[in-house]
Amino acid sequence: MNLPAHATRNLDLADLLQTLAAWVLAILWISPLLYAFWAAFHSSEYAIHFNVFAPLTLENFREALSRAPFLRYGLNTFMLVTMLLASQLVICTLAAYAFARYRFAGSNVAFALVLVQLMVAPEILIVENYGTLASLGLVDTITGIGLPYMASAFGIFLLRQTFKSTPRELEEAARLEGCGMFGVLWRVYVPLARPTYLAYGLVSISHHWNNFLWPLVVSNSVETRPLTVGLGIFGAPESGVDWSIISSATLLSVAPLLIAFLLFQRQFIQSFMHSGIK
Amino acid sequence: MGPTSNIMRHVYGWLLLTPAAILLIGFTHYPTVATVYESLFSKGSAIRPSRFIGAGNYESMMEDPIFWKVLSNNLWFAIGTIPTSVALAIGMALLVNRALPGRSLLRLAYFTPTILPMIAVANIWLFFYSPDIGLIDRLLGLFGLPGHNWLGDPDTVLPAIIVMTIWKEAGFFMIFYLAALQHLPPELKEAARLEGASRWYYFRRVVFPLLMPTTLFVLINAVLNSFKLVDHLFVLTKGGPDNASNLLLYYIYETAFSYFDTNYAATLTAVLLAILAVLALAQFFLLDKRIHYR
Repeated sequence: MNLPAHATRNLDLADLLQTLAAWVLAILWISPLLYAFWAAFHSSEYAIHFNVFAPLTLENFREALSRAPFLRYGLNTFMLVTMLLASQLVICTLAAYAFARYRFAGSNVAFALVLVQLMVAPEILIVENYGTLASLGLVDTITGIGLPYMASAFGIFLLRQTFKSTPRELEEAARLEGCGMFGVLWRVYVPLARPTYLAYGLVSISHHWNNFLWPLVVSNSVETRPLTVGLGIFGAPESGVDWSIISSATLLSVAPLLIAFLLFQRQFIQSFMHSGIK
Repeated sequence: MGPTSNIMRHVYGWLLLTPAAILLIGFTHYPTVATVYESLFSKGSAIRPSRFIGAGNYESMMEDPIFWKVLSNNLWFAIGTIPTSVALAIGMALLVNRALPGRSLLRLAYFTPTILPMIAVANIWLFFYSPDIGLIDRLLGLFGLPGHNWLGDPDTVLPAIIVMTIWKEAGFFMIFYLAALQHLPPELKEAARLEGASRWYYFRRVVFPLLMPTTLFVLINAVLNSFKLVDHLFVLTKGGPDNASNLLLYYIYETAFSYFDTNYAATLTAVLLAILAVLALAQFFLLDKRIHYR
């Protein structure tokens, strides 16, 4: 009973129980994913027999890659996400600049109409949007998958908030130095909004890397199908593929994003947080 | 700025907005209006062209047992996933909001399912639920309990999907609570300690009420997600058995792309749009008031 005061507090039973609860929950939470790793790196007879000495193998990955063109799907996803983010950044920057700094006639109504997209995402309107895409001749193209998302209400909203908080004096200084409308935007507003661009970029990349329903409706060939759609077809119960192979295909599909997430955890989590504080 | 630049302000504003406006009108506003318009016409065929039938599609929807089934499934899916995942999210946030060994690893474990696509999650869980050879049945077997076809039984399929969705979503909601907890003034905890308040009392009477704006925000997003999230059905059940796990958006997809009845699909979409509009209004009135209240 001679322990110093802070030590008794550390030994507080409630604290200990909380720490224990946190770890039990964490192990429970991560176990489905760990299990997928286990299954992917072992041959199928070990899928349900856990044995620390079971030999590791890459055979499941080889098999998955030989049965479906996952590399091509990965390239499609990469092209989709890159093209989409690039267009989103340009289109949203221009619109956000207009809302933040040009008090044009009808801007309030226009802004309210932009916000409608926050609720009515393009995938809700698959029926009509598919019709529109068909009339544009863009069915089964990567552009077609990306097009409805290029003007993002969320991006416009975030950038408008950021642009509005940029000090007016900086803009005036740039104008005195002879910058025009785009000069001011490019030299003053865009550089100061870098954290917002990062946050928006990470949210957009993870959202579209994982998006499924709309790409499923639009894509119809190996050349356009993104990873999620390829995986959805591969994993369908009627395809009768071995469990270990499905696990490795699943890991292949999520690996790029998962690795990026593990490397830049803080930025990812902060971006998601940022995205919620509207 | 002179009078000419005053006019230019409107011109520049609209010019900057034009690319976004075209895309938003094309893929959000036009299709919303077109959905309602299409829902007033009958399904056309080679011999019988589509014609105006007013509320005809809505009347047959009222008599469509699958429509009521998917709507009640959506309701049960929301009731099953939202309170539990929000409670878990609060619990997780409280657990990792203090100094404890491995804190960042713990946060990572809770958050990682969020970063995975729903399709991948469904692939992983499909095996857990598969009858007899699946992981859950193996675990039950260890205790001498019989196996069960979790996804093949209309009584267990929705709960099975609910459990998986909770796993996927709780960590996402956790980060909003973490952010909110970090903004709570530390004096509150000190005051509660001095008053001798128990942890539970402090949580119930101080922390939880202060988290209310976050909870409302999370709740509305969770309800929205429960209507938008149908990807897993493609892998796990295709809405079956006998529509026991079918949800409204998946039914819309089936109606449009399997049964090719775009007019009825538009009718169903109009219902979904109405639900989303109500949610938008709820967000507008509830959320803003609550935040300004503090």
